[in-house]
This record gives sequence, C-alpha cells and structure tokens, in this order.
Amino acid sequence: MIIDLIILTMLVVCAIGAVRMKDLLSSIILLTVYSLLMAVIWVRLNAVDVAFTEAAVGAGITTVLLIAALSRTRRGEPMSAAKSSDRFSPTLSLVVVLVTGAVLMWGTIDMPHFGDPNAPANLHVAPYYIENSYKETAVHNFVTAVLAAYRGYDTLGEVTVIFTAGMGVILLLRRANRRS
Amino acid sequence: MSTVDDSQHIMRQIAARVSIPFIQLFGLYVIAHGEAGPGGGFQGGVILGASVILYILAFGIDDGAKRIHQWKSDVLNSVGLLVFAGIGLLCLIQGGNYLQYNALIAGNPKLASHLGIIGIEFGIGVTVAAIMITLFFETARRDVK
Repeated sequence: MIIDLIILTMLVVCAIGAVRMKDLLSSIILLTVYSLLMAVIWVRLNAVDVAFTEAAVGAGITTVLLIAALSRTRRGEPMSAAKSSDRFSPTLSLVVVLVTGAVLMWGTIDMPHFGDPNAPANLHVAPYYIENSYKETAVHNFVTAVLAAYRGYDTLGEVTVIFTAGMGVILLLRRANRRS
Repeated sequence: MSTVDDSQHIMRQIAARVSIPFIQLFGLYVIAHGEAGPGGGFQGGVILGASVILYILAFGIDDGAKRIHQWKSDVLNSVGLLVFAGIGLLCLIQGGNYLQYNALIAGNPKLASHLGIIGIEFGIGVTVAAIMITLFFETARRDVK
C-alpha cells in the first residue's frame, strides 16, 4: 500500500518534471522514468503483459526514437514558446485540470473495488475465457488467447495501424532526407 | 562520434557485441513463449528491433546500413503483416473462418491453433521490429548524405 503511494507520487513528480523541464533531453529521460514506474504499477496490478509492453515500448524504444528525433532539432525549448503560452491564462488551465480531475475522481467512487469478483467486467466474458480458452485455442496464457484468437481481428488491425503509421513516417522522413 | 577516443569506441563495441546475441535470443524467446507466459509478438518485436538499434549505436550508421540493406528492412516491414493476414486466409482456404486457427490442419485442431498462434506472433514481431529499425534509420540518417 505504502509502496503504491510512493510509486504514484514519483509518477506525478516525473510527469510534472517532464512538462516543466526546459531541456528536452531531460524531459525525454523523465518520460522514460515515468514509463518504467508505470510498468511497476502494472506489475503491482498483476497485468504483466501490459507491464512488459510498457517497459519495452514506453521505456525502451520510445526513448531511443525520441532522442533520435531530438538529434534533428534543437535541444532547448525556443524562447518564443514562452511567449505563446502567455496567450492562455495559466489559472484557467489549472481550473480546467482540477475540475476534470475532480470529476474523474468522483466517477471512480461507485466503481467496483479492484479485483472484485462480482464486478461487471469480471462477470461478462472473463469466466468464459478462463474456462474455455485452453480447450478452444490450446494456449496456456489466456491474455495471448484473447489477443491472438478471440480478438484476432483487433490484433490484425493493430499491426496494420503500426505498419501504416510507420510507413507514413518513414516515407515522410525519406523525402525530407532526400531534399537536404 | 569523432570526438570519442578509440578506447571508448572499443568498449562500446565490445559491450554491444557481447549483449546483442542475448538480447536477440531473449526477443525470440518472448515471441515464441507468448503463449505460455507474458509477452508476445509486440514485445518480442520491440526487443529484436532494439538489439539492431544497439548495433547501429555502437558501430555507427554506415556499418549498420551495410548489415541491413534498406530494401531488406523495407520488405520485412510488410512481410510480417502479410504472414498474419496470410495465416487468416489459409484458415479460410482450409474451410474455417478468417483467423480460425484450429481449422488450419484438418483433424488436429490443437496443433493447428498452436502453429497458427505462433505464426501470427512471429508475423507481428517481424513487422514491429522492422518498422522500429527503419524508423530509427530514417531519423538518424540525416547527417550521413
């Protein structure tokens, strides 16, 4: 319990730090720490597959790609950025954020407790997967069974999204490289 | 890169040379072992991609481009996705629904769904790894004309 609070506090500190930092490299590194802490939280919630993805993608490859992207631009925040943020009043933003946060917190009040066996999410298709996924797909890990078999279309769609988005960025960069 | 003196260069390359095989083995393990434990194509693909990026970081982009030609990573980008979609089509040809792996081999649904799921995991892994490698190449290449 205490460790969760410590991790969550560190998460908030990292997030605020990443936004406030003027040096973009420090921001990227703080985001990496954020992802790593997030991975720890996923493990604490027993979502090991998500934790694995967060650690590999969020903390690993995103950092490398962001630093590579940083090498194509300037490391510090340009001075004009400070001026453009003057147009928006910071108190208004703070009020919006606080109100949204309060509404979200209020929304969690009547949500079922974490791991509640009678929660609607645990009564819908989850029992079916637990009982039948091995019989039907011959796969022990039912996260994989759901991702690959029951939600196969979704996963195919995700891979298509990665492919399309990746190809789009690659082609744009290739054209920019050819021009320079 | 030219500011780094030789000893640092060698350290970096040896460290990369020692760790890359293990990283790649782990990546393959994560892809193949996704059906028994945490992991799968996405995570394993990212790890495989990271191992190649580590190679490029240690040995420089020219050496990396020599090892992995652009056309190879370009082809691999789409091969993974085609493997995934192709397994789905094979299921259709074998008389099942699209992506219904247990119809893949008539008479042995268990083996069929094993092979089908491992097949699509590798498909995912190949596409993810290739996209990551190509993205890194294209972002880092600017200085080398």
